[in-house]
Amino acid sequence: MAGVAARRLPEMGLSALLMLALCAAGARALYFHIGETEKRCFIEEIPDETMVIGNYRTQMWDKQKEVFLPSTPGLGMHVEVKDPEGKVVLSRQYGSEGRFTFTSHTPGDHKICLHSNSTRMALFAGGKLRVHLDIQVGEHANNYPEIAAKDKLTELQLRARQLLDQVEQIQKEQDYQRYREERFRLTSESTNQRVLWWSIAQTVILILTGIWQMRHLKSFFEAKKLV
Amino acid sequence: MLLSGSAQRWAASAGRWGCRLLALLLLVPGPSGASEITFELPDNAKQCFYEDITLGTKCTLEFQVITGGHYDVDCRLEDPDGNVLYKEMKKQYDSFTFTASKNGTYKFCFSNEFSTFTHKTVYFDFQVGEDPPLFPSENRVSALTQMESACVSIHEALKSVIDYQTHFRLREAQGRSRAEDLNTRVAYWSVGEALILLVVSIGQVFLLKSFFSDKRTTTTRVGS
Repeated sequence: MAGVAARRLPEMGLSALLMLALCAAGARALYFHIGETEKRCFIEEIPDETMVIGNYRTQMWDKQKEVFLPSTPGLGMHVEVKDPEGKVVLSRQYGSEGRFTFTSHTPGDHKICLHSNSTRMALFAGGKLRVHLDIQVGEHANNYPEIAAKDKLTELQLRARQLLDQVEQIQKEQDYQRYREERFRLTSESTNQRVLWWSIAQTVILILTGIWQMRHLKSFFEAKKLV
Repeated sequence: MLLSGSAQRWAASAGRWGCRLLALLLLVPGPSGASEITFELPDNAKQCFYEDITLGTKCTLEFQVITGGHYDVDCRLEDPDGNVLYKEMKKQYDSFTFTASKNGTYKFCFSNEFSTFTHKTVYFDFQVGEDPPLFPSENRVSALTQMESACVSIHEALKSVIDYQTHFRLREAQGRSRAEDLNTRVAYWSVGEALILLVVSIGQVFLLKSFFSDKRTTTTRVGS
């Protein structure tokens, strides 16, 4: 009897601890469901030399208990990042919980693709996986309390550092904007040129075929003695 | 339960502590921050995202379609009980603010089911509560100095600059995608039209010639 009560107390303590752990683990991220071999891609349009940090956490669906298990050991996620030219920047396998980082060297659309590598899911998970994802770009990727502790900054210095990072990000974005505007201008000019030359070409073809038609038919009718 | 007096008292106090801990956890501020994601939505597909939100948190969902088709998408936001808070069909851009009236998992979905063959790229920004403060002990009793409050207002202003830059970038991406689309279409259609022109002109002439060739044989037969 005392044993029953004694067993229930650690259980209560454990559940409270688990809730605390969940809150502390930053369960604040967005999540979505992914199938077994399904690949989910996210695009980040970023300027040059920008750091991107992604955190993810996976939970597997337990068909029997009809609930998502809190952690899934043995389940891995493959993360692949491609730069705007299609070249692979990062292609690594991480565990069921992971953190990936990369820095862009060319401005543009970087594609981050995630897919699970597990085939165990088909066996007893009903093929559903819950992925919590959090992607931080540029200035948002900085961990200020950590920086303050490392460089021993006062509060004002830390605030100034944050402002400097923000302004740097704005500057990079402005440079990227100039590069994009140039591309847009080149595309527009190319369209302009194409429209111009092809219109001229088509008019010339039209006139030439018209002339050819008339001459050909005229000689045909003359040969048939109808004209 | 057949417990001894001391064990009972211990169990009761542990139970009280457990409840207090639980109550403390509920007072802990819920998730905060923003999730900004751009993803690809294939044709005839629907993709949903979920987030756990606590009662009373002010949230904003903003989305924009960047590339694909007519640049529109269906969006739907539901609360934990399944009530639809926001539903719009074929929208290009929208922003929706709401205050969470219940604790639980909020779900929002983007659907491209009305489109048969265009992939869409959708950007969304889901802001939950306020951004986490710079210092863990932000709720201090002492007021901010003038320098600190100046820093805070500069920070807020820069945040809105970055926000405007993002919106500008998305609109420009949309414009650029249309321009590149136009460029390739002009090329293909011009070549195609030139070929059709040639084929039709030559074909017309030969068809006409064939009419006159047949007539000639019939006239000779009639004559004889």
